[in-house]
Amino acid sequence: MYQYDDIDRQFLQERVAQFRDQVRRWKSGELTNDEFRPLRLQNGLYVQRHAPMFRIAVPYGMLSSAQLRKLAFIARTYDKGYGHFTTRHNMQFNWPKIEDCPDILAHLADVEMHAIQTSGNDIRNISTDQFAGVAADEIIDPRPYAEIIRQWSTFHPEFAYLPRKFKIAISGSEQDRALTWFHDIGLHLQKKDGEVGFRVIAGGGLGRTPIRGEVVREFLPWQHILSYCECILRVYNRFGRRDNPFKARIKILVQALGIEEFRRQVDEEWAFRKDGPDTLTQAEFDRIAAHFVPPAYDTLPADDLGLEQHKHENQAFARWVERCVHPHRVAGYAAVTLSLKKHGQNPGDITADQMDTIADLADRYSFGEARVSHEQNVVLGDVRKSDLYAVWQAAREQGLVTPNIGLLTDIICCPGGDLCDLANAKSTPIAKAIQARFDDLDYVFDLGEIELNISGCMNACGHHHVGNIGVLGVDKNDSEFYQVTLGGRQGNDAKLGKVIGPSFSAEEMPDVISKIIQVYVENRHADECFLDTYDRIGVDPFKNRVYEGRAHGKAKANERKVA
Amino acid sequence: MARLIKNGAVMDDGWTTLALSEGETAEAVALPAGPVLFPLPVWNARKDEILARGEPVGLFLQDDDRVEEVAADLAHFAVIAVNFPKFVNGRGYSTAALLRQRYAYPGEVRAVGEVLHDQLYFMARVGFDAFALRDDKSAEHALAAGFTTFSERYQGSTDQPLPAFRRRAA
Repeated sequence: MYQYDDIDRQFLQERVAQFRDQVRRWKSGELTNDEFRPLRLQNGLYVQRHAPMFRIAVPYGMLSSAQLRKLAFIARTYDKGYGHFTTRHNMQFNWPKIEDCPDILAHLADVEMHAIQTSGNDIRNISTDQFAGVAADEIIDPRPYAEIIRQWSTFHPEFAYLPRKFKIAISGSEQDRALTWFHDIGLHLQKKDGEVGFRVIAGGGLGRTPIRGEVVREFLPWQHILSYCECILRVYNRFGRRDNPFKARIKILVQALGIEEFRRQVDEEWAFRKDGPDTLTQAEFDRIAAHFVPPAYDTLPADDLGLEQHKHENQAFARWVERCVHPHRVAGYAAVTLSLKKHGQNPGDITADQMDTIADLADRYSFGEARVSHEQNVVLGDVRKSDLYAVWQAAREQGLVTPNIGLLTDIICCPGGDLCDLANAKSTPIAKAIQARFDDLDYVFDLGEIELNISGCMNACGHHHVGNIGVLGVDKNDSEFYQVTLGGRQGNDAKLGKVIGPSFSAEEMPDVISKIIQVYVENRHADECFLDTYDRIGVDPFKNRVYEGRAHGKAKANERKVA
Repeated sequence: MARLIKNGAVMDDGWTTLALSEGETAEAVALPAGPVLFPLPVWNARKDEILARGEPVGLFLQDDDRVEEVAADLAHFAVIAVNFPKFVNGRGYSTAALLRQRYAYPGEVRAVGEVLHDQLYFMARVGFDAFALRDDKSAEHALAAGFTTFSERYQGSTDQPLPAFRRRAA
């Protein structure tokens, strides 16, 4: 993975000094709360329900074992012994003191980590595929480009005070695993006549107004990626709305202008910038790409006899291999997902001991590296098939081998109203209640692939819009209710789910999910997963079952009044 | 007289800004003497009259004024002030960048409005060279620390058009 040079390190040290000075001036009253707010946000520091929340950047999801151990140290020293992985690869600590944050940043800088632009109205962490560089279906490794864009976007002087946050995702594989259609800029690496370039998508996003992005340019040669992004950002910075934060994302601007007019404005700007100094050079690409050359793989047989033997003898292991082990481009290797979705724990939460264990496993079995997935799990990218059994045994001791990856209980979930100030409703208790209802892993396994995503508010940190089953916490007369959507999906055909009807109380949610699952089970054909059945039979059978015997609309409201 | 940070020092500002009061219009407002920053609507309405005064002319741009409108007039302005109605409103950064990068405007580009300490570094990078720091902020601290926050730059901008990757030792 990318190793810092003197310039990169100097930036982090100066950033720590800058933030120390800002905290000092805030404490002395030189900076008002309003003046300090965007400065702390640009360092990932929120003031939350119980304590500040500190969000650490994990650029494009890559973590070294040394970085994992440092995060474990921070969790133990400054927090309550755990952290939380977000849907954009970042790590959140929920209990630090503001006064400790400059010291935490200094510790992070020791391992080339930071919290730069993890919040605020600026260009956020670049996200990508958790299997980048190892995926069997990869066309081009997106990580060198992600690092190039990370450097370009870091402390960009023109775009530090955008109308709203700005998120970029890159995919380089056949199947999009980075949710590129729902980012402010989504990039698809592709090859055309031997040339590498990007399909550039803009104006996507979830949140309050979920919109699938639109193609601005079908093929942009790779050398122009920075100048073209500059032009998109400049048009957005100048003309994005600033009168209403709910209308301030680039998606609203793209919708207001229409994609043709937006493209015209970007291209007009680009006419002045194209082929300028920010045109990428082969030398720079090679310098960055050298950090992402494949590790020293051994020449191995495609299949490992020991692995087959263990699978044969141990059903739990076999099931884990089926759900948590993924194809690798190199014979004899596999990628492994360590599930942070053990039933009964907050999805995406990870203890300091688990971080240390994963660091040890990475060192021993996966070239010292791990990755964070946007589904909030951790991936070891390069494990020999012959080591899978040993990895499983060691990870099992730390509760990291729940064989539910891609299944109903691999729930994507934001921290929700337990911790987050923005939330309308709690999210993790809903996730845990559903996991408890579906605690029979044999049954979950039999149900096949279903993505269930939960957000505690319409900001959609839990990506509920693109869950096959989506759950959104809403506030109704100061009570917490949950709206359900069906049919959302990520990937190449990413689309938004449809709201099925009136919302439910927290207590009703496990039953609601059970009914949805029953309809699927009763209707599915042998080779169908949940989405296949849903696409074939439509939303009505689900609606009818879920709302069977329930009063709707006005009748329901009256019923509540009486109660 | 308001203070201005320029060329690494604090100095008095010799310019006045024409602000339209309630009921005044760009067409009818009295044009003051001396070096004056004229709002864009006044400049558009009274160009010839303003130039006929024979005194230094400055332009005052609001955050949503479009630089393109005055592209052909830039040679007339000794100073262009770009207003930051709120410090979190970052439109002015693009305004300054366009003035310098696209139109190669050589005169003073001044940040006015809610100009605070922690934005000075970025303002200077995109091409501002004069800063009307808000009165309650320390000009001494600004001069000591506000412009030297980072010693390198990853991406090109007005102050250093070459990104780091074109300057790194091979």
